[in-house]
Amino acid sequence: MMRKRSIIPIVYIVFLMLPIYWLVSMSFKTTNEILSGFSLFPQTFTVDSYVAIFTDPTWYWGYINSIIYVSLNTVISIFVALPAAYAFSRYRFLGDKQLFFWLLTNRMAPAAVFALPFFQLYSSIQIFDTHLAVALAHTLFNVPLAVWILEGFMRGIPKELDETAYVDGYSFPRFFTTIFLPNIKAGVGVAAFFCFMFSWVEMLLAKTLTAVEAKPIAAVMTRTASSAGYELGLLAAAGTLTIIPGAIVIWFVRNYIARGFAMGRV
Amino acid sequence: MKTENQRAWFFVLPVLFLVAFNALVPMMTVVNYSVQETFGNNQFFWQGLDWFEQILRSDRFQAALGRQFLFTGIILAIEVPLGIIIALSMPRKGFWVPVCLVLMALPMLIPWNVVGAMWNIFALPKIGMLGYFMNDVLGVNYDMTQDPLAAWITIIVMDVWHWTSLVVLLCYAGLVSIPDAYYQAAKIDGASAWSVFRYIQLPKMKTVLTIAILLRFMDSFNIYTEPFVLTGGGPGNSTTLLSIDLVKIALGQFDLGPAAAMSLIYFAITLLVSWVFYVVMTKDDQ
Repeated sequence: MMRKRSIIPIVYIVFLMLPIYWLVSMSFKTTNEILSGFSLFPQTFTVDSYVAIFTDPTWYWGYINSIIYVSLNTVISIFVALPAAYAFSRYRFLGDKQLFFWLLTNRMAPAAVFALPFFQLYSSIQIFDTHLAVALAHTLFNVPLAVWILEGFMRGIPKELDETAYVDGYSFPRFFTTIFLPNIKAGVGVAAFFCFMFSWVEMLLAKTLTAVEAKPIAAVMTRTASSAGYELGLLAAAGTLTIIPGAIVIWFVRNYIARGFAMGRV
Repeated sequence: MKTENQRAWFFVLPVLFLVAFNALVPMMTVVNYSVQETFGNNQFFWQGLDWFEQILRSDRFQAALGRQFLFTGIILAIEVPLGIIIALSMPRKGFWVPVCLVLMALPMLIPWNVVGAMWNIFALPKIGMLGYFMNDVLGVNYDMTQDPLAAWITIIVMDVWHWTSLVVLLCYAGLVSIPDAYYQAAKIDGASAWSVFRYIQLPKMKTVLTIAILLRFMDSFNIYTEPFVLTGGGPGNSTTLLSIDLVKIALGQFDLGPAAAMSLIYFAITLLVSWVFYVVMTKDDQ
């Protein structure tokens, strides 16, 4: 019975891995080989595409830029979301439900709606084409998500913990940093993971809000795709490299992802 | 029990400032454009609700909206049941669990433009694995740059590939929270696999499933980058979804008024449907 059932996840995972395998295998082929027809494995194995990426500053700065704004965004989002999530999980206050829903509406807003206004807003305060601009723009959907996840995790911590700490004479900041935070570290990890993920994969705003200085890897890829003809090998190698940061980050939270995806609500 | 405390507002202030700056200022810009006409040189003329009327009546918008609902409907109808089935058949404990979870989450961590580019090449006839398999092994005439049906199938398969894992992971989280005692009790009562699913597993998954549907609805309704890179909205306009059309009008043609009006209508629809989900979701949350 168990044996037969495990076929389904295996088939599913094979289906997920096929396009990824195809991308990785293409990145080790020459562009000529890719264009000449179908081959399951690279016939002339080459790492030229990777060498090209790691020796060209436009390429590797694309990755560095992306990592800078993603990290910046994660830090800002978690930092502002922590106190808010605490308030939502512990207290009732005037307009709390409305505020929570309003935050969520920003998660629902189509990024395409915000592209042009963001461009104008950030140009007017002179942060266009900086990492900060992209990081701030991405807080639009990451902050509500972080509040949502953290609130779910904090709700699971009994209120008695807070009360005991106050009776023992802890001040709020000391209680929050030394007792409360260690208790929800899984939640913080998961929230940070989600902020990282959604900022890393989002490209419309990242491309609209940058020109040269903070250009994300996606923009570098599009430019190469159009100017250098269609260098498929190079493009595949660049694509493969964009999978790696996500794979590293997810390995750290592997034991919490299931609960994390449920926003702590199970 | 939560206590009443108005000072909690101080905790919320940082979020409030940040999100208000990010959401309200751009939203006001959009509202501003949506009621005016511009001829360049920063000259604006009051236009009233003309743009809204024009957009709502236009065939182009209605067609894009129709395609959007069709797309969202199809992917929800595939991803939700498929996600539940996969979650049910996954092992509950052991070495393979984290491996499965990490591998399943991998597609979601790939930048959206890479997902689009990857599937574009994957589906190319002669060169790509999928294109080669369809044309040369199965003998089906498959070319998504020519055939609208093939383009739609590719977009849907891509989205199923990209996002089904979200449903799987959420349902799985609900399933592992069910204590073993429930299953033992069901076994003693001689319950069938179906009644175990219907009366034990499904109720436990209700909250997470609603979150999954809510997230999948919002994200698929706002989808832009993947289909844009994959098909560019073509062939013709056959895969031009709402966001693609909006960006064409706003950044391509720079028709700010109609684009702004369309943005607001678009946002209102997303908001309305999401609100219904949200109310249902939080109903027994208290």
